[in-house]
Amino acid sequence: MQILEGKNLTKHFGGLAAVHQVDFDIHEGEVVGLIGPNGAGKTTLFNLISGSLPTTGGEIRYKGKKITGLKPDQICKRGIARTFQSAKLFAGMSVFENVLAASLFGTERTISVPDAEREAAELLEFVELSSVREMLARDLAIAHRKRLEVARALATKPDLLMFDEVMAGLNPTEVAQAMELITKIRKKGITIFMIEHVMKAIMNVCDRIIVLHHGSKIAEGTPEEIATSRTVIEVYLGE
Amino acid sequence: MDITTFTSKRSFLYGLMFLILVLFATLPFCVPPYLVILLTTIFMYVIITLSWTIFSGPTRYISLASAAFFGVGVYTSALLGKTLPLPVVIAAGSLFSFILALCIGLLTLRLRGMYFIIFTFSISELIRHFLLWWETTMTGTVGRWVVIVDHTVVYYVILVIFVLVLLAAYLIRRSRFGLALRSIGEQEEAATHIGINATLVKTITFAISAFFMGATGAIMATKWKYIDPRIAFDPLLSFMPVLMAIFGGTGHLLGPVFGAAVFAYIEEILTTKFPYYYMLLFGSILIVVILFLPHGMVGLVQKWRKEGLRR
Repeated sequence: MQILEGKNLTKHFGGLAAVHQVDFDIHEGEVVGLIGPNGAGKTTLFNLISGSLPTTGGEIRYKGKKITGLKPDQICKRGIARTFQSAKLFAGMSVFENVLAASLFGTERTISVPDAEREAAELLEFVELSSVREMLARDLAIAHRKRLEVARALATKPDLLMFDEVMAGLNPTEVAQAMELITKIRKKGITIFMIEHVMKAIMNVCDRIIVLHHGSKIAEGTPEEIATSRTVIEVYLGE
Repeated sequence: MDITTFTSKRSFLYGLMFLILVLFATLPFCVPPYLVILLTTIFMYVIITLSWTIFSGPTRYISLASAAFFGVGVYTSALLGKTLPLPVVIAAGSLFSFILALCIGLLTLRLRGMYFIIFTFSISELIRHFLLWWETTMTGTVGRWVVIVDHTVVYYVILVIFVLVLLAAYLIRRSRFGLALRSIGEQEEAATHIGINATLVKTITFAISAFFMGATGAIMATKWKYIDPRIAFDPLLSFMPVLMAIFGGTGHLLGPVFGAAVFAYIEEILTTKFPYYYMLLFGSILIVVILFLPHGMVGLVQKWRKEGLRR
C-alpha cells in the first residue's frame, strides 16, 4: 500500500527549477533511497514533503490525504518525521530534553510528562545514547549527534521517517552501526525514505532507489538496476 | 544529593520566600514613605524585566516593545480611572496590552534577529507618535491627569503583580510550554519539525509577558498623577528590561529579579548622589558587567557554587 505519493511535484526558485515535475511513490514498510549529484534537488524534495518549503506546483499525498500546504508541525503530527543534513539539535539542551520535547509535542494526542519521559528514556536506550543523556547536545561527537537526531525524530512516533544524509561524516565503523540502526528501525514497521551519499550503505539497506538529476527524476529501480543503469553512470561519472 | 535533602532544601526555599514576602508586606507600617515609594519603583522594574524574560529569555527574540505594553496600561488608567474602580482599570490595562501583543505577535514573530528587534521598537515609537499627533491635532490637549491612589495601595498592588508574574514565570519555565519555548530559542526550524506550533507558542507567550507590563503601567500611572505620550511610552522602558536581564542573567528564574532590583537601586543612588555623573557611572558599570559577566550575576553565583563543589 502506498504511504507517500508525489505527483508532478515542482519547486522553482526564481528561474531555477530545483525540483521539476517529479512523480514518486513510497510503499508502506519500504526503505527507499534518494540519490543524485550535488544540487540535484534531493534536500529540496525533502523540504517540500516535510513542509519547510511551499511547493510551486504538484501535490503530495500521505496515506491518501493531501498534505501540500500544511505547516511542518502539522505534517509532523500526521506521522512524517525527518532529520537534517547538518544536525539541527537543540544545542543548549540536554540529550534527554532534546528527545523529551519531541515526545511531548510530536503527536496529536496529549501525553503526560511522566509518560513522555519514559518514552524518551526508552528511545535513548534504543539508539544507545543512555550513557550521555545528561550531556548538552552541543558537546556530543558527530556520530552521537546523528543518532540523537534519529531518536528525536523517532520520538514523534512517525510512520514515515526521512533521513537527510544521516551517515555523512561518519567513519566506516560508525556507518556500519548506522546501517544496523536503520534495520532496527525498519523492524519497528517504520517506512524509511533516505538521502545518502555513502553508496555501500544505500545499496545494502534500500529496497528501491530513486535518482534525481537537475531536479528531475532520471531513474528508479532496485539497487542492482540502478548500479548497472547507463543513465545513472553517465550522470555520476560523466560520459 | 538524595531525595530527602532535596525536598527539605526545597521546602526551606519556599519557607524563605514566604518569609521575605511577609517582610515586604509589612514594610509600609514600619519604614518611611520614601522607602516605600523607592521599593515601588524597584518592583516596577523587576516586574517588567521578569515579564520581558518570560518571552525573550528562552526564545532569544529580543523584544523592544516593553514601552508599548507599559504605555497602553498607563493610558488605560488615565482614560478609565475616573469612572471605573481600580481593580477593573488594572484588569483592562492588562487585557489591552495582551490584545496589542497578540496583534504585534502575529505581525512580527515571523521576523527574526535584528529585524524583530527593530520592528518591535518601531511599533512602540509608532504608537507614541500617533498618540502625540492625535492629542495635538484631534483633542487639542497633550497629556492627562490620572486619578491619584494612595502610595501604600500602589505598593501593595505592585507586590501582588510581582507575586503573580513570579509564579507565572516559574510555572512556564517548569512546564512543557517552557520546553517548547527553549526549543524554539535553540533551533526554531527543528522545533517546528517535531510538532511545535512555533507561531502559536511565541504569540501566546509574548501576550502573557505583555499582560503583566500592562497591569504595571495601569497602577504606576496613578503614582505619577500626570501623564503624556512621552512619559507613558518612554523608549528607555524598552531598553531597561533588556539591560537589567543581562545584568542579572537569564539562566535562572531569580536572575532578572536580582538584576532589576540591584540595577534600579544603583540608578536611584547614582541619580541622587551624583546627578551630574550618573549616566557616565552607570554606563561604566554596565560595560564592566557585560564584558566580565556574560551570564550576569546569577552566572557568577552558579560559577562560584560549581567551583566550591570541585574543591
